[in-house]
Amino acid sequence: MKYIDEFQDPELARRLLDEIHATVTRPWALMEVCGGQTHSIIRHGIDQLLPEQVELIHGPGCPVCVTPLEVIDKALEIASRPGVIFCSFGDMLRVPGTGRDLFQVRGEGGDVRVVYSPLDALRIAQQNPDRQVVFFGIGFETTAPPNAMTVYQARKLGIPNFSLLVSHVRVPPAIEAIMRSPSCRVQGFLAAGHVCSVMGVDEYPELAERYRVPIVVTGFEPLDILEGVRRTVAQLERGEHTVANAYPRAVRPEGNPAAKAMLADVFEVTDRSWRGIGVIPASGWRLSAEYRDFDAEFRFSVEDIRTREPDACRSGEVLQGLIKPHECEAFGTLCTPRTPLGATMVSSEGACAAYYLYRRLDLTPAPREATSVV
Amino acid sequence: MSDTIDLTTSSVDPAAWTCPAPLRDQSRIVMGHGGGGTLSAELVRHVFAPAFGGDALAQLGDSAALSLGGVRLAFSTDSFVVRPLFFPGGSIGDLAVNGTVNDLAMSGARASYLSCGFILEEGVEMERVARVADALGRAARVAGVEVATGDTKVVEAGHGDGIFINTAGVGLIPDGVDLRPQRVVPGDVVIVSGPIGVHGVAILSVREGLEFGVEIESDCAALGGLVEAMLAVTPDLHVLRDPTRGGLAAALNEIATASGTGVVVTEREIPVPQAVAGACAVLGLDPMYVANEGKLVAFVPREHADAVLEAMRAHPLGLESRIIGEAVAVHPGMVVARTGLGGTRVVDMPIGEQLPRIC
Repeated sequence: MKYIDEFQDPELARRLLDEIHATVTRPWALMEVCGGQTHSIIRHGIDQLLPEQVELIHGPGCPVCVTPLEVIDKALEIASRPGVIFCSFGDMLRVPGTGRDLFQVRGEGGDVRVVYSPLDALRIAQQNPDRQVVFFGIGFETTAPPNAMTVYQARKLGIPNFSLLVSHVRVPPAIEAIMRSPSCRVQGFLAAGHVCSVMGVDEYPELAERYRVPIVVTGFEPLDILEGVRRTVAQLERGEHTVANAYPRAVRPEGNPAAKAMLADVFEVTDRSWRGIGVIPASGWRLSAEYRDFDAEFRFSVEDIRTREPDACRSGEVLQGLIKPHECEAFGTLCTPRTPLGATMVSSEGACAAYYLYRRLDLTPAPREATSVV
Repeated sequence: MSDTIDLTTSSVDPAAWTCPAPLRDQSRIVMGHGGGGTLSAELVRHVFAPAFGGDALAQLGDSAALSLGGVRLAFSTDSFVVRPLFFPGGSIGDLAVNGTVNDLAMSGARASYLSCGFILEEGVEMERVARVADALGRAARVAGVEVATGDTKVVEAGHGDGIFINTAGVGLIPDGVDLRPQRVVPGDVVIVSGPIGVHGVAILSVREGLEFGVEIESDCAALGGLVEAMLAVTPDLHVLRDPTRGGLAAALNEIATASGTGVVVTEREIPVPQAVAGACAVLGLDPMYVANEGKLVAFVPREHADAVLEAMRAHPLGLESRIIGEAVAVHPGMVVARTGLGGTRVVDMPIGEQLPRIC
C-alpha cells in the first residue's frame, strides 16, 4: 500500500536497527507517548529487535485506557436512558465501568451504535429528530478537532437533539506530570506524531529544557518508530535534550492552524481526571460556555455522578515503568484481557494487555534445542 | 475521584494510581457471544454443552462426524443473520448454502442434502424473499447439494431483521479420511487457500457505506470441490478449517488449542489483498481477524505439502494458495506470527466482536 509499505521496509529497518545498536553504549528508558505507537511496536515486534539497553516504556497515550471510570459510568447512564441513541468509537464499548460496559447496555435494550466519525453521529441526529443523539467524545488532540467540528456544525445547522459527552485529554500536561514524579525513569520521549500534526511542536521545547529530556516527534509505521528511537538515543548518548521532528511528512512546526482555531472556539482547557492516575491540572478540554448547551453531562444531568476508582491494581506503576506488568499480583490471574482489572489491560494498546501476550510466550517451556521462535 | 494535583508543589504519586474493579460475567447475551471468539466458546462450553450432553457434541467442531448404520456421516448446522441481505459478491442465500457446505467439507465430506429454515419478518417484500430463495437455489446447484426439507416462520414486524436463515446439512465422509485438530503434529505445514479478509471487508464496505476506491467482492464460495481435489492427493490431511467469523486468527487458535501444538506463521506469506489491507488500516482492524467465506486453512503432513499445494493451485478456488507456516512443539496452544521486520507477536483468540480502534 502506497505510503505504508515504504515505511515497513525490512531492509531499511535493518539499517536503522544496526545504527541504533552501534550508537547505544548504556541503558536508556524511552517512553512512547501514544497508544498507536505502542500498538505498532507490539504488532511488528519492534521492542524485541532493539538493543537490550533500550527499554520502551508504554506511556499513558491510549485514549481508551485513560478515560476515567467516572466518565464511563456517565456514558452508561446516558446510554441506558429511553429515547437516547448513544454513538461511540468501537473500542470504547468493551471498557468496563462500574459493573457493566456499553455492550451490556446494548444487551439490555439500549441503542448504542458504533460510528467511524463523529459527523456520522450528527447525521443520525438529523435523521432522528425525535431522539436524543449523544456522541462519546474521548481522546487526545487528534480526535478533539473533529469532535469540536461536530458541535460547531450542530449549532450552525441547528440540530438541538445532538450532544457530546466530552472527556478530551492533552498530552503535554501528562508528560509534565510524569516527569515531575520523583520515581520517574523516563529519559526521553517519542512524542505522538498525530497529536503534533494538529498542535505543532510549540508546546515541547520548554518541557525538554525544564526536564532535560529529548523529545522526538515520531510517527507510527515501523520505520518511523525506529527513526524516533534512533534520534532519541543519539541525543541521549551525546547528552543533548532538544525537540526534533522525525515525522516531517505529517507534522509542520505550527501544526494545523484551522484545527487549532476550531479547538479554541469550541473547547476550553480544564482539569481532567485520568483513569488510574488521578486529576492532572489543565490536562483536558471541555465545551466552552458558548457551547454548553451541547454538553451531554448537563443535558442529562449526570455531572453529579462521582465514582471513586477502587484501589485494586497497580497500573499507575506500570505506566511509569516502575514495575513490569507481571510483577502486579493480579496479572494473568485476576486480571486478563477478557476480565480486565485495570485500564492498561483493557485495550490491546495497553501495556498490560501487550505484556500478557508476550509473557505467555516467554513462560512456555521450550525444548532444550529451541529456546525461541524468533 | 482523586484530589487535584497542584503541579507547583507536588507530582504524580504512582503508588496512588488505581484501577477499576473487574467485569466478570455477563448476565445477558451481548453481541460478542455470536462473534466466534472466546465469548462464543464460553457460551457453548458453559451453557449448551452441559445441557445437551452427548459424545458427538463434545467434538465441538464446525461439523460433527457421526457413525450411523455403518456409514460415516458429517452433520452440521449454521444460522445466517447477515446485514445487508445482498452484498458485493453474494447474498444471504449464497452464505446459507456455502456456510453449511463448507462446514461439512472441513470434515472431508461432500454435502449431499440440506435443510433450510426461513424466519421472515412481517412486512418484508416478497420480491426480496424470492431473490434470496433464487440465490440460495442457484448456490445449491453450484455446490452440488439438494435442499431436501425446509420450514418457514414469520415473526412480527420489529422482531427480526428481514430474513434469517438456518440450514443444516449431511454428507458422507470418505474412507480413510479423518480430519481432526488432534491429529496435528509438530512439523505439519499450514496452507491457506487464498487471500484473506475479503468477505468481512466486502460486508463492512456496504454496511458502513465506506468506499475504498475499488469494489471488494465477497469470496463466498462452496469449498467441497477444492477439498475433494486435496483429498485426491492424499486422504491423510490432518485438519481443515474455514476461517469464517474470527478470521484466520480464530481458526489457527482453535486448532492450536485443540491439538496442543504451537503454530508459527510468517506474516509476509499470508496473502492480504491491497484493498483489504487498506480498509483494515483505515478502520484499525487486523486482516487476520476478518471473516472469510470461501477460504480454508489446512494442516498437512510435511511429506505431502508440495503435492497438496499443487493440487490446490490447480483448482479455481485455490489458485493463490500459499504455505504460511507450520505446527511446532514450542508454545503449545499458542499462535505466533513472525512479523515482516523479523520480530514476533502472539496472535491471540479474538474475545468477541472485533472493534475498530479509535487511533
